[in-house]
Amino acid sequence: MSELLKLTGVRSGYGDAVVIDDMSFSLDEGECLALLGRNGVGKTTLLATLIGAADLHAGELVFRGRDIARVRSQRRAQLGIGWVPQERDVFPSLTVEENLTVVAVDGPWTLRRVYDIFPRLEERRQNLGNQLSGGEQQMLSMGRALMLNPKLLLLDEPLEGLAPIIVQELLNVIRSLVADGGMSVVLVEQHANKILPLAHRALVLERGRTVYWGAAGTLRDEPERLERWLGVRNHQDVRP
Amino acid sequence: MTPSWEAAAVRLRERERWKSPETVFWCAALVAPFVLPDDHLFLSQIAILGLFCLSLDLVLGIAGILSLGQAAFFGLGGYTAGLFAIHVDGDPLLGLVVAMVATSLLGVLAAPLLLGGRDLTRLLITVAVAGILYEAANKWSAVTGGVDGLQGIVIAPLFGKIEFDLGGTVAYWYALAVLFLVFLGLRRLKSSPFGLALAGIRLNPQRMPALGVPVDRRLTVAYAIGGAVAGIAGALLAQTTQFVSLDALSFHRSAELMLILVLGGAGNLYGALLGAIVFSVAHHLLSEINPMYWQFWMGTLLILIVLFAKDGLTGGLSRLRDHLWKGGTAP
Repeated sequence: MSELLKLTGVRSGYGDAVVIDDMSFSLDEGECLALLGRNGVGKTTLLATLIGAADLHAGELVFRGRDIARVRSQRRAQLGIGWVPQERDVFPSLTVEENLTVVAVDGPWTLRRVYDIFPRLEERRQNLGNQLSGGEQQMLSMGRALMLNPKLLLLDEPLEGLAPIIVQELLNVIRSLVADGGMSVVLVEQHANKILPLAHRALVLERGRTVYWGAAGTLRDEPERLERWLGVRNHQDVRP
Repeated sequence: MTPSWEAAAVRLRERERWKSPETVFWCAALVAPFVLPDDHLFLSQIAILGLFCLSLDLVLGIAGILSLGQAAFFGLGGYTAGLFAIHVDGDPLLGLVVAMVATSLLGVLAAPLLLGGRDLTRLLITVAVAGILYEAANKWSAVTGGVDGLQGIVIAPLFGKIEFDLGGTVAYWYALAVLFLVFLGLRRLKSSPFGLALAGIRLNPQRMPALGVPVDRRLTVAYAIGGAVAGIAGALLAQTTQFVSLDALSFHRSAELMLILVLGGAGNLYGALLGAIVFSVAHHLLSEINPMYWQFWMGTLLILIVLFAKDGLTGGLSRLRDHLWKGGTAP
């Protein structure tokens, strides 16, 4: 597998405020990275740095062999970085189908394929974005990102606040995306137990710095460290 | 065409299907001159106002660019068409094309000024651009006629055969045909991926770059198209009245346009047309009934309409339809 993404000594934040410091890691094509940490440690800021929505103060950011540190957000998306934000941000007054086609890009992910993995969206394709449940909005946000045919999909807490049955449905979809190997996935979640089984690698953040970078399986087998970094009971099967 | 776009195109075509209320609307426009045989000039003014209002609907209602300066394009279109007819060629269609090119160029040039700021800054810049053009036309009286207006416009027969008549019959059919063609184009644009991207930008401008949409480029194109539509409307007015005055560039014309769009309902194209009709008819009737205080009654009427139909007339009508036909909630 060839290297898709490489960060070297990245320092980033918003304006003068530094949130991420001295961040270095790499991700190969088809790999899934679990990005873990407590609230406020900089997980979302790291994703925002990758998509170009945060200020990069120092370091190198290489995507598909190209330095994208100075590349604008829209160009990064066109190069193949898809982002599913925590807020979902579906367009409330557009229909499901309009939400999906608004940014469609040629590639293996078509409207048909998105409907195949999210049959609920096809059932509700004429509904407006604001007429969907939280789970459906999350599916729509993921489907919209897939319609960009990304090489790297950034998922920011996709399971947050959803009913267990929806969480399971989304986990199955994410698992199939990872197993398919067509794209790399960076998955941010507070509940490590949900995503470590899906991930190849894991990165744990504390105060904007890396405290663990390595195989996801290794981390899964170290409940004490998980507990210390992520909080009590996090390694257990806590329902989101 | 690639598979994803094929599927998207099929869905878009479904969305573009002509609906029966639309057919009724355009049939009424065809019948109107026969029902009102003495008001063809008035009807042509409504069609032109509707076209002008479509430009604001694209810019504001669809793309979300707050503008109080559409008169800049309307006036520039009028002066361009008038001067072209006086100094170059009186052919009306050629005049429309020249006005359209001039105003879309103004849109492309003015867009970078707008895109640097947010809503209020944009609003002020649109007002400023229109103000600059107004004063330029005022000072450059040797060319524009200044406060006396541009006179001496002679428009050649349409297609070289159909003379413009004093009663305004040809003017109406000409204006209606242009309005219909522009409307068809905008209707298609609205449901195209470009139009959806504009809607996305309006709803969440911060999100769109991360979805790969070049926001500034899209807004520049939308603003230029909106400018071109306003320019065509201005050119139509100049050609059908054979006169252009400074009023075409004035602030009150832009403000009135905003009011008409709010009245009709923004973002669905028909709101612009319905607003233009209701505003023109109300203006006409109220000023006949009460020439001194018609603006008082007009203001009262507008407040009532906006109070009872918050999304404008089209929003109110659609809620009424839902209530009557689908047993929905009361409007």
